[in-house]
Amino acid sequence: MPFKRYVEIGRVALVNYGKDYGKLVVIVDVVDQNRALVDAPDMVRSQMNFKRLTLADIKIDINRVPKKKTLIDAMEKADVKNKWENSSWGRKLIVQKRRTSLNDFDRFKLMLAKIKFWVVFNVLKIGIMLGILFPIPMKAGMVRQELAKLKKETAA
Amino acid sequence: MAAKRKTPVKSRNPDLIRGVSKYSRSKMYHKRGLWAIKAKHGGFFPRHDPQPKAPAAAEKPPKFYPADDVKKPLLNKRKPKPTKLRAIITPGTVLILLAGRFMGKRVVFLKQLPSGLLLVTGPFKINGVPLRRVNQSYVIATSTKVDISGVNVEKFDDKYFAKEVEKKNKKGEGEFFEAEKEDKKLLPEGKKEDQKAVDVSLIKSIEGIPDLKAYLAARFSLKSGMKPHELAF
Repeated sequence: MPFKRYVEIGRVALVNYGKDYGKLVVIVDVVDQNRALVDAPDMVRSQMNFKRLTLADIKIDINRVPKKKTLIDAMEKADVKNKWENSSWGRKLIVQKRRTSLNDFDRFKLMLAKIKFWVVFNVLKIGIMLGILFPIPMKAGMVRQELAKLKKETAA
Repeated sequence: MAAKRKTPVKSRNPDLIRGVSKYSRSKMYHKRGLWAIKAKHGGFFPRHDPQPKAPAAAEKPPKFYPADDVKKPLLNKRKPKPTKLRAIITPGTVLILLAGRFMGKRVVFLKQLPSGLLLVTGPFKINGVPLRRVNQSYVIATSTKVDISGVNVEKFDDKYFAKEVEKKNKKGEGEFFEAEKEDKKLLPEGKKEDQKAVDVSLIKSIEGIPDLKAYLAARFSLKSGMKPHELAF
């Protein structure tokens, strides 16, 4: 099991500790064995211990310590934001954030939506088991419909 | 006594620095116009003879002297203010009651009463909570708000909720041994009418928002995995 993600100039990482917790940053230089110089569009360039960073799968093409404008342009070119938000890790974080920000009323509405979904799901399941309903294609479609509805609910 | 001035007089002799005034004694004599007063009264300051005092009533010695000197308690002029209302609680906020008969119920906040308690209603038809007073400390404020503009809560204050004083009826000896005929305390019709009047427009605005009625009818409870300090209300 060799390493797949390396610390290199242009490596995108997530800050997992400290004041900038949760931010996506780019490694723009390596200070020494333990620290990196790190930069992001909305942050002042600063040093960070590697222990505070979790490397992501994304890498951008920059020279050592680019100017802020160059960095931002390179991030746009590599489309870091979209790649991150569509990756499974990024999506999980977004869902987590959404869940913690749910209002008490939102949680109630979510509960109702979940109940509705599972009732339909179980009815369909039993229907298929008893051979009443048409088999697999229709069910998958319905399930995907309901899943999409639920995702919209959590996303809303 | 000279009449009191409407505005306080600004000092005619300002301080240049603390302890040093701008004008000397002689200058101030001139500024105050004492020379004019003297001239008016022929070189002398006017003197007023002391007014005759009304004869003081003869004081009788007190009939009773207490054995020990009793200390008088110090005067307390403090007037307590009503509890400061949390900024998040505004009229129409949905609150979660945390204690008492209606614990867990989600309820609509109407206004803060002069005593500091919060006036709250279910509405009664939705969750059985009547017009009720509730302490701010026993309440979680959610960020859900209901439109309360159609409701008139002017007439409600702490006196409305005071317990009714029972008239003591003198019992004869025989009646002592009878079981106390306690008639059930019926809610007076007036209070029922008040409840209905308040709830009518509230229920209309609640039904405007989907699922809100079911939300208010349900009780809040902590489920497994819910951490109150991490929940957003």
